[in-house]
Amino acid sequence: MATKKFMYVNRRAPYGTIYAWEALEVVLIGAAFEQDVSMAFVDDGVFQLMKGQDTAGIDMKNFSPTYSALGDYEVTKIYVEKESLEERGLTLDDLQHLVWEDEDEDWAEKDSIRLVSRAELAEVFAGQDVMFNF
Amino acid sequence: MKLTVQVNEGPYQHQASDSAYHFTKAALEKGHEIFRVFFYHDGVNNGTRLTTPPQDDRNVVARWSELAEKNDLDLVICVAAAQRRGIVDEGEAERNGKDATNIAPGFRISGLGQLIEGGIQSDRLVVFGD
Repeated sequence: MATKKFMYVNRRAPYGTIYAWEALEVVLIGAAFEQDVSMAFVDDGVFQLMKGQDTAGIDMKNFSPTYSALGDYEVTKIYVEKESLEERGLTLDDLQHLVWEDEDEDWAEKDSIRLVSRAELAEVFAGQDVMFNF
Repeated sequence: MKLTVQVNEGPYQHQASDSAYHFTKAALEKGHEIFRVFFYHDGVNNGTRLTTPPQDDRNVVARWSELAEKNDLDLVICVAAAQRRGIVDEGEAERNGKDATNIAPGFRISGLGQLIEGGIQSDRLVVFGD
């Protein structure tokens, strides 16, 4: 069976509800199925990628380091919506620097995050086969 | 068309399970194939036989069980989500040393790979939730 384009859309803040963490669990399990995987972070979902997260005060597991492992799971296309960042007073500098190593280019380190406009992201979505919403 | 349905919210608190049920039933009546119904997040709470809704209300859980029996549906509850929320079948009770089970007839507990497989094998993945 041909490879499908899987898109995982993350729309919610990392804590407060379990959606972000359980979404990440789906992505990590799904990586074993060797599909063409992308992730998108929109709305409060952009907060999931914030660097320097500290959950000590709320007695929750800080799962944000897991995002930096996505490259090892061959999840290399991570779309971040520009308008969502701007609406929250954030820039790319506020987010973790996520990278992956390109096997075809002598394991050169490449950026995983693609900053896209809302309109551009809509086009990316239109080209997907399977959409997961979290 | 071959469909996989994902239910992300629990019964009664949220209408997602009702909508998913009506959608699944209608799709079957129209002759579509339901490859699988996958329950995730609080959606796993749709699979406890211990729910006791008032008599004048719909029984969300029993309705799924009946639909599954009539149509040989594959109702799958995510194991990781189920463990957190206390949905237990005999295998899970044994593995985790629990003194009871509560899984409803027609449901089974399995891994997230079943959801991914649903996405791969089906023409559409239809998600119900917020």
